[in-house]
Amino acid sequence: MPQIQIPSPLRQYTQKQASVSVPAKTVGDALASLVVQHPDLKRHLYTDDGKLRAFVNVYVNDEDMRYLEKEATALNDGDTISIVPSIAGGC
Amino acid sequence: MLKLPHHVYSAVRSHGEQTYPHECCGVLLGRFEDDGSKTATRAEPCGNTRDDSPHNRYHIDPRELVRIQREGRGRGEEIVGFYHSHPDHPAQWSSTDLAEAHWIGCSYVITSVEKGKAAVTNSFELTGTDEGDKKFADERLKVA
Repeated sequence: MPQIQIPSPLRQYTQKQASVSVPAKTVGDALASLVVQHPDLKRHLYTDDGKLRAFVNVYVNDEDMRYLEKEATALNDGDTISIVPSIAGGC
Repeated sequence: MLKLPHHVYSAVRSHGEQTYPHECCGVLLGRFEDDGSKTATRAEPCGNTRDDSPHNRYHIDPRELVRIQREGRGRGEEIVGFYHSHPDHPAQWSSTDLAEAHWIGCSYVITSVEKGKAAVTNSFELTGTDEGDKKFADERLKVA
């Protein structure tokens, strides 16, 4: 079953689990399953109109899903999805 | 409170000197303590992808973050914060820093680098419950 790696700030919404297994064939299914299992995560990942927040990066293994087939990207057992909020700033 | 061993504190400040007059950036790995404090036991330097304005902007390639998070977890370490430098600018968070900060509960360490020498290093914790009420709080930095 694919695993989703949860970044430290969002772990408070997954009962402190660092990774969550999801029965999913695509990235979109995996993220949907994640927020069904942990509904409090939803507002941190999605805007009110249901779009993934712009600063939320989703990687499948080492590839950005935006450069794969986005939410339609197919998953295999053993794939790892990483949710990584962006890091930026400046003076 | 953010606790940093001397070698991590020195690495963070040295990185700012190495990249001057550009901003440096990196990840702090360690652990969240039961008392609410954090201990960073490792600094992972990252590249600054903001080639268009590296003297006053930074951005870490998410692919680097994925790798650092994965390797850290393999060692039992978590991402507890991030660091960057402000070349010839105070070690205070900016409106850009706040707008671009999304890791609530983590530390954001800023070092001012004046004429190539690391000056002041401050830490700020991103507090709040979501994007709507997040803010930076001054955080005590303990170097030991």
